[in-house]
Amino acid sequence: MDGSTLASPSADVPDLAQRQARPFSPWLDAWRRFRRHPLAVASGVVLLAMILAIAFGPFVWKVAINDIDFAARMQTPSWKHPFGTDDLGQDLLARMLYGGRISLAVGLSAMFVAITVGTIVGAIAGMSRGWVGPALMWLTDLFLSLPALPLLLLVIYLFRDSLKAAFGVEGGIFIMVVVVIGGLRWMPVARLVRAQFLSLREKEFVEAARALGATKLRQVVRHILPNALGPVIVAATIDVAAAIIAESTLSFLGLGFPPDIPTWGRILYDAKDYLDIAPYWALFPGAAIFLTVLSINFIGDGLRDALDPRKVM
Amino acid sequence: MGRYLIKRLVIAVPSLLGISVILFTVLALAPGDPFGELATNPAVPPEVREALRVKFGLDDPIAIRYFRWIAAMFQGDWGFSFASRIDVDTLILQRLPATLFVIGSAQVLALMIALPVGVMAATRPYSLFDQISSTFAFIGFSLPTFFTGLLFILVFSVQLDWLPFVYSDVRATGWRWYWENLRQAIMPIAVLGLFQAASMTRYVRSAVLDVIRLDYVTTARAKGLGERTVIVKHVVRNALIPVVTLVALQMPAIFGGAIVTEQIFRIPGIGSLLISAILANDTPVIMAVTFVFACLVVLFNLIADVLYGWLDPRITLG
Amino acid sequence: MDEQGLRALITDVKTGKLSRRSFVQRMLALGLTAPLAAQMLAHSGVAHAADEKFKWDYKPTKRGGGGALKTLWWQGATLLNPHFAVGTKDQDGCRIFYEPLAAWDPDGALYPVLAAEIPDLENNGLAKDGKSVTWKLKQGVTWHDGKPFTADDVVFNWEYAKDPGTAATTSGSYKDVKVEKVDTHTVRVLFEKPTPFWADAFVGVRGMIIPKHLYADYTGGKSRDAPTNLKPVGTGPYKFVDFKPGDMVRGELNPNYHMPNRPHFDTIEMKGGGDAISAARAVLQTGEYDYAWNLQVEDEILLRLEKGGKGKTDMSPGGNIEHIQLNSTDPWTEVDGERSSMKTKHPLLSDKAVRQALALLIDRKSVEDHIYGRTGTATGNFVNGPPKFVSKNTKWEFNVDKANQILEDAGWKKGADGIRAKDGKRLKFVYQTSINTPRQKNQAIVKQAAQRAGIDMELKSVTASVFFSSDVANPDTYPHFYCDIQMYTTTMTQPDPETFLLQFVSWEVATKENKWQGRNITRWTSQEADDAFKASQSELDPVKRAAHLIKINDLACNDHAVIPVVYRPRVQARSNTLAARGSGWDSDFWNLQDWYRTT
Repeated sequence: MDGSTLASPSADVPDLAQRQARPFSPWLDAWRRFRRHPLAVASGVVLLAMILAIAFGPFVWKVAINDIDFAARMQTPSWKHPFGTDDLGQDLLARMLYGGRISLAVGLSAMFVAITVGTIVGAIAGMSRGWVGPALMWLTDLFLSLPALPLLLLVIYLFRDSLKAAFGVEGGIFIMVVVVIGGLRWMPVARLVRAQFLSLREKEFVEAARALGATKLRQVVRHILPNALGPVIVAATIDVAAAIIAESTLSFLGLGFPPDIPTWGRILYDAKDYLDIAPYWALFPGAAIFLTVLSINFIGDGLRDALDPRKVM
Repeated sequence: MGRYLIKRLVIAVPSLLGISVILFTVLALAPGDPFGELATNPAVPPEVREALRVKFGLDDPIAIRYFRWIAAMFQGDWGFSFASRIDVDTLILQRLPATLFVIGSAQVLALMIALPVGVMAATRPYSLFDQISSTFAFIGFSLPTFFTGLLFILVFSVQLDWLPFVYSDVRATGWRWYWENLRQAIMPIAVLGLFQAASMTRYVRSAVLDVIRLDYVTTARAKGLGERTVIVKHVVRNALIPVVTLVALQMPAIFGGAIVTEQIFRIPGIGSLLISAILANDTPVIMAVTFVFACLVVLFNLIADVLYGWLDPRITLG
Repeated sequence: MDEQGLRALITDVKTGKLSRRSFVQRMLALGLTAPLAAQMLAHSGVAHAADEKFKWDYKPTKRGGGGALKTLWWQGATLLNPHFAVGTKDQDGCRIFYEPLAAWDPDGALYPVLAAEIPDLENNGLAKDGKSVTWKLKQGVTWHDGKPFTADDVVFNWEYAKDPGTAATTSGSYKDVKVEKVDTHTVRVLFEKPTPFWADAFVGVRGMIIPKHLYADYTGGKSRDAPTNLKPVGTGPYKFVDFKPGDMVRGELNPNYHMPNRPHFDTIEMKGGGDAISAARAVLQTGEYDYAWNLQVEDEILLRLEKGGKGKTDMSPGGNIEHIQLNSTDPWTEVDGERSSMKTKHPLLSDKAVRQALALLIDRKSVEDHIYGRTGTATGNFVNGPPKFVSKNTKWEFNVDKANQILEDAGWKKGADGIRAKDGKRLKFVYQTSINTPRQKNQAIVKQAAQRAGIDMELKSVTASVFFSSDVANPDTYPHFYCDIQMYTTTMTQPDPETFLLQFVSWEVATKENKWQGRNITRWTSQEADDAFKASQSELDPVKRAAHLIKINDLACNDHAVIPVVYRPRVQARSNTLAARGSGWDSDFWNLQDWYRTT
């Protein structure tokens, strides 16, 4: 064009049509980076495999979960019973597959509830400079002080029947268990996220974004949050294990699923008195919980690295 | 900072009162009857149970019961346990030494393990040390304490017969008293401490990882500072913020938290007092313990907030 | 078993054809108690032969020197005043320091403790009209603080317990009697009407005596303020040292104890907390403790632990029967704000065929073999007794085919889903019990058998502290019985079966009106049973009385209001070096002064 000065002699006006139409969006970019994290991908596969096994396993492995057979009690793993049998002769593989539905569903959902609520509360409290922050922290302190058991008894007493009517026996209990477990584990996440936010919001890159005119929401979502996720990921892995175990504690106290439902925590609890003669009984649920925790952790690590704008991958 | 501290302390009082109202209401509404065991005893006439309920004012409206309780608290009267017919503060004081000793030591042990291991793992991410320590950490918090506790008992008490597993008063004098106390405390401290250490290590590692990539660390290294100085003086201090948050969250749990461990080893701590009071619906005890717990929660979170300002001078809490 | 049959058995004992012990065991199977059986024999003039009396070889020849006695109660004692005791844990904690006039030995005979001798018709202790009992107290007994024990203390205990202001849990035994002092070491207990079972006041767990001189100022409303509540002063073998509620009770040897050469141990410790299995381990595997109480643990685990060779488990037969209750009313219909109301009838369980079928579906043998083992003997109808006493009558049966047949004949046909139905009503039940691993396993076994007969069972378990509470507002308590079937054990440390059988009379039905504190939980009623009960209350002849009580049992069981499952003795673990024996009719510590260390 006449009268314009080119940036540099070598600058060519690129032919836009020729440039490879490569779709770009922050989420796709994150996905691409995630894919480059070998352990994260492997974990994702493992978790998916576990979910598939639990969802479809019972159709393949058709042994009943509560077939009491005293002749076959306490057998070590064999072809007939790949995970062995318990003290009533029930097949452990079938029980693990069945109970796994509940354990995984409860574990993942409760963890999700806890970190979502915790992150939102922590983010708002961390960003606020007025009374909202202290008010939210008061709420956090309140929940931290509440004794879990009486609260649980109260909630169940108040809501069991209405939930049962609305969602059926198992659905109602599921919702109650997830809300209760998740509802009592969001506080540490909130405190941790708030602490991160307090420190991050003063950093230069946030100031820079503010200078560029980013709204508070954009500052939070695009800049601060991805950097604040470290503790959240750790909390997520710990919460999954804790939720699975908490569900079994609830059932042990009569407040969760009925005792004949073989969730992983419950199987672990039943197995503990037979550790010296039947270690395999405890080994399988323990390993299952461990594997779940492991996968969540690596997926989380992968997510964090993928979302971290500073990391070059 | 001074003004902020005073402001927070002043606000702490009404906020605690608010919490106490909600706690009291939850306990009053929760189902359960302190005199339940009498129900299964056919020799106890119903009038006796009724008389007991009236005597302890269990049928009065909640607001009246609350004011009665808070007025008594202010005068130093912490209430009277339904189950044991003994003053609540006596009960709590009886249990305090064991709690502080065992649960307190477990927390200290957890910190002593988590900080160095977490830092070392983060400085060499994905190395062999990191993989092994992370795996142990995962196993640590995937297994519930009732399980690891039992495992320890089977190995150290039953098989090897090295350690007793029932925690009770030690009848000995002199150095033997210390030795016996240590022998019976070491398993519960280890079980609880390792469980806490598992999760704390992961948090420390994550916090250090976040910080270690930042520019000022590179600058410090570029300045020629030794690696140890870099880590200790620059990295750790800034990574401490999440750690301080966590420790502040854990401290109140010393008072009232380790229910399962206390049950397995029969430690007469406040956690087991709380759970037996809950199961027996002994409201005065539950209220007293949870109220102290609430005070500790508010106090330690306050300390954490103040510490943020000291650790990272840029933080303003308004 | 009617009066004729009972008298025939007693004659057999007299002539030596049947041993006394077998007679007592058969009475137990009929739903009676050992004390009542002993009474029956005594009344019929069957002498308690010296070689059949409960024998205890006390070996030590001097007081003390036995070292420390360490006991483990996995529910710790929470208070130390016997008149406020809630549950056996408190009674046992008190029993270390306090004593009653007499205790019940394992065979159901009275064993004098603070009494000089057991009252009976010969020594004029028992009045012929059944309206009074005269107790002679031991001479020379002192309290731990040195003051003498006299009749004043006994009379004081009566006044203390019957005072409604004290709200004593023992008041049931004292409010309907009068106690008067005859002289410094004799008291007389007077009854309003002839009372066949006179050995209630001052006997056993409800008969422990507290000192007048320390409690006189703390009666009625002030009872909770007594400092002695926390620092007991009794007449027992051990003096008080320390008490931490829920955790620890400690005592030391009483040098002025009233029985010679006793106690053997220098100190006693009763530690509380934890669960039953680890208590068993502590005694049987690691030997840290000498004695553990009430082990509700699968027998298989106990047998394994015993292999360690450090201790043994003991069973003390008492009156505990684990049984299943069938609701006579409808728990799913609400009438005037009450479910399981007497105004309704259960749509499915009121059909006798259904109840009969259910009775046939309980696989007691598996429950005994695989869950309870020695700690639970399969029992069928109370009438028929355990398999050891096979009689010509039918014994309990487990027969799925027969159950199927009965249901089929009664018109319950299997639907497409395998569940039987009739007139549009499906055979589906909610079956609840408390949280307790053996019980859950029991539930699983019953559910499976029921399924094979076309019955659908939904299992429910409630936390024990809620299930056994008396909370008016909580629908999950056992007296509410807001479900179709429930299961638990009625503890019968009552030496007299009459209180136990109150659960089958119509005026004890638990309703909203009496705040569900009535004892008839199944809400089953029968005119015959009511009549038999009233007859037994004033019948002085123990044999006739036993016949009435057995009749009530028969009626309830034959009509399948309840289905007994296993008969559960009390289970304790004891170190091999400890000589001790429990009694199912009294506290575990009923003869604590006689315990000693064998070497």
